[in-house]
Amino acid sequence: MKKRGIGIAVGTHPAGLKGGGDPSQAQIRLKPDGTFDLLNGAVDIGQGCKTILRQLAADELDVPLENITHQNIDTDTGPMCTGTFASRVTFMDGNAVLAAAADLKKKIRDWAAEYFECSPADVEVANNKVFVKGVPEKSLSMAEVGAMVNWGGKFLVGTGAYTPGPGQQFDPETGKMTAIASLAFGCCVAEVEVDTETGVVDVLKLVQVFEVGKAMNRLLCKGQNNGGAMMGIGFGLTENVCPYYPTMDFAVQDLTDYVITTAADMPPVMVEDIVEVPHPNGPRGAKGYSEMTASLAGPAILNAIHNAIGVWITDYPATPERILKALEAAHA
Amino acid sequence: MAEYVGQPVLRYDGIGHVTARTRYVDDIQLPGMLYIKVLTSPVHKGIIRHLDTSAAERMPGVAGVITAKDVPGKNAYGLIPDQPVFTPEHIRYKGERIAAVAAVDEDTAMEALEKIKLDIEEQEPVFDPFKAMEPGAPLVRPEGNVWEFNSGKTRKIRFGDVEKGFAEADVIVEGTYTTATNDHAPMEPQVSVAYIDETDRLAIYTVSQDLYFHLGMLTAIFNLPMNKIRYIGGTVGGGFGSKNDIHCDHVAGLMALKIRKPVKYRHTRREETAYTTKRGPWTFYFKDGVKKDGRIIARYVKTVHDTGGYAGMGPYVVDKNSILVAGPYAIPNVWVDGICVFTNKPPCSSMRGFGIINGTAADQLQTARVAEAIGKDPWEVHFINAWREGDLGATQFKVEAAGLIEAMKRAAELAGIELPAHLKAMSSRGR
Repeated sequence: MKKRGIGIAVGTHPAGLKGGGDPSQAQIRLKPDGTFDLLNGAVDIGQGCKTILRQLAADELDVPLENITHQNIDTDTGPMCTGTFASRVTFMDGNAVLAAAADLKKKIRDWAAEYFECSPADVEVANNKVFVKGVPEKSLSMAEVGAMVNWGGKFLVGTGAYTPGPGQQFDPETGKMTAIASLAFGCCVAEVEVDTETGVVDVLKLVQVFEVGKAMNRLLCKGQNNGGAMMGIGFGLTENVCPYYPTMDFAVQDLTDYVITTAADMPPVMVEDIVEVPHPNGPRGAKGYSEMTASLAGPAILNAIHNAIGVWITDYPATPERILKALEAAHA
Repeated sequence: MAEYVGQPVLRYDGIGHVTARTRYVDDIQLPGMLYIKVLTSPVHKGIIRHLDTSAAERMPGVAGVITAKDVPGKNAYGLIPDQPVFTPEHIRYKGERIAAVAAVDEDTAMEALEKIKLDIEEQEPVFDPFKAMEPGAPLVRPEGNVWEFNSGKTRKIRFGDVEKGFAEADVIVEGTYTTATNDHAPMEPQVSVAYIDETDRLAIYTVSQDLYFHLGMLTAIFNLPMNKIRYIGGTVGGGFGSKNDIHCDHVAGLMALKIRKPVKYRHTRREETAYTTKRGPWTFYFKDGVKKDGRIIARYVKTVHDTGGYAGMGPYVVDKNSILVAGPYAIPNVWVDGICVFTNKPPCSSMRGFGIINGTAADQLQTARVAEAIGKDPWEVHFINAWREGDLGATQFKVEAAGLIEAMKRAAELAGIELPAHLKAMSSRGR
C-alpha cells in the first residue's frame, strides 16, 4: 500500500570557524584604464564567491560590475583567507572586500583632492566618476583617473581585512562559547509517499525557506537551496558508506553502491524561497547559511515517513530495509 | 548608485564551467610529467615490520619511490596534526598510506607497487566506538581511544539546571538517533600536480578549499618557508568539505622535491571513496523535559562521534555540534556531553554542515516526538520554543537577527498550510 505523509524540520547555522578567529583579507587595485582587479584568497568551490565578492566591490565603488575582475590564483598574489568552509566566505570575505573598496575610495578621494585643489571631503566617487560635489566642471571619469594615477607614478591599492573577533576557547566547566559570527535559519516541509510493500520512499514535494540576512545573489541562493536539497535527500534516504556499521563489511566502493541523489531523483515539486532579517555585522546584512541547505530535507523526510506510516525511523538513512523492519516490528 | 547586491547576476565563471573552458587541475599536462600511485595498508590495524621498496625502484619506467623516510619536515598534518603523510610504523585504518611510486604512467606505477615488499604484523582492530570506549579495548591510539578536550573526555555544555527542569516537566521524552558515514562524492576527485619551477621553488596545483590553511601544513611537512612554495588553486570541481583536508598535495609535493620532475597524483573514484576523509557517524541520546503547553524546559544530549583512526577535524566537529545540538530553541536548561572516539576506520573530518547537520537530524526527530508526546502540532512546538531576538544559546551566546519564525511562516505559506492565528501573530522580535 502507498501511504502519504508530511513532515517538517527547522534549523539554524552559524557562519565561520567554531570559536571565531578566522580572518580574511582583500585587495583592490585601480588599473590604468579605470578598471579594477579584486584579489582575494577565498576558493570558489562552486558556491559563487567570485561572483558575489565582485557584486559587493562594484556597489561599494559604484562602478560597473564588468569593470572588476576577481583573482585568487595562488598564495603569491592572493591575500590570506582562512578558507572556504563553515559558510564563512560571504560573511568574512564579503566584509573584507567592502573594507578594501572603502579604503580604495578614500585613496582615490585623497588623490583627487590634490588634483582638484579641494578638501577630500568635497570629493565624491560615484557613478564610475570622480568629481567635486556641486562643481560640474571638476569631474573625471574613472578611466581618466586610472590613467592619470598610474601613468603619473602613483599606485592606488585598497586593502581590507575582517575578523569576527579573536579566537575563543570553550570554558571547560560550563562550555561557555560566545563567538558566533551570525546565525541563519531555515524551515523545510516534505511530502512523501511510502510504499509499505517495498519500503521505498518517494519525495513528492519539498518546500525549503532559508533566512539569510540578505541574499547577495538570488540565483546563487536558488542553486544552493536546490543543490543542498539533493544532498539532504541523500542524507535522509540513501547515503551510507558503511551499511553494516559499525563494521566495515560491505563498505561502499564507488558511486554504484554509494547512492547519491541525481537529477532524476529530485521531487517533482521543488519550492524554495528566502527571507531576510539583516545581520548588523554582515556585509549589507548578509549571513552565512549555505551548509544548512543540506541539513533540513533529511529530518523533514523522516518526519514525513512517520506521518505516513506511523513508525519512527530513528537511524539515517531511512532505507527500504529499515522501513520494512520498522513496520514489521510495529505489527509484531 | 550601483546596486548589484541582491540581483540575480550570472555566475562569473559559470559559462566557462558549462562549456568546458575552465581548466581544472587534472587538465594540466606538463612536459615529462610522471604519475603517482600510492601503496596503502591492506589491513585495518597493524605494525609495519619490514618495508623494502628496492625492487620497485629498479623497475623500468619508475622515477622514484617515497616513504616516511622521505619527509624532510614533520610527518604529520591535519587541523589537529596527528596523521602521518606516510605511516612509518603503526597502521590505524585500511587504506593508510605507506609508500608512493612515480612512474611514466599509472599502470607502470601500479605494477611497481606490487613489487614493494611489505610485512605487516596484523593486530585486532576495533570498529565500534562503544566497544572502543570499554576498558581493555584494542588501542587505536597509544594515548587512549577517547579524545581529551579541555573539559576532559567529554565536551561539556552546562546551561541552567537540567535536573530542576526535569523535575518541573509534565512529560519526559527520550530518544536515540544515529546518522551514517557520508562521502562528499564531488564531481572532481582529489588531484595534485607538483613541479620545481624556474625559480627553484616547489609549485603545486591544488584543489584545496583553503589555500592558506593548507599552505601552513605543507610548510611543516616540507620544512620550507611559505615563500618557497607556490601554491596555485582557486578553481575546484566541488568539495563539500572533502578538500578541507589535504589528500594529494603532500604526496605530490614530496615526490617532486625528491625526484625534481613534474608529477601528478590523482584519485580514481574508488580511491576517492575508500581513502578520503568522511562525514563521521554519530549516535545521539536525547532526554527532554516538556510542559504540556509545548515548552521544552530541559534538554539533555549525549553524543558519540566516531572519528576513525585520526583526529582530523573530528574533535572540532564535536565542539561545533555541541554548541547547537540543542536546536534553535530557547531552552532554559541544557546539558550536553560530546564524546569523540577513535576507531580503526578511515579518518572522519569535515563535510558540509560540520556536525551541525547531524545534530539537526537528531534534534528534529526528537522535537517531532516531543510534539507527539504532548499531543501538539509540531508547528506549535517549533513556534513556541523558537529563539527570539536576544535569547541565549546553550553556550551563552546571544541570538542576533533571529529569523526562524519568519522562515517557518513563509515555508508554511508555500506548502499551503494554514497556520493558526496565534502562531501567525508571533515574531522573532519578541515573545
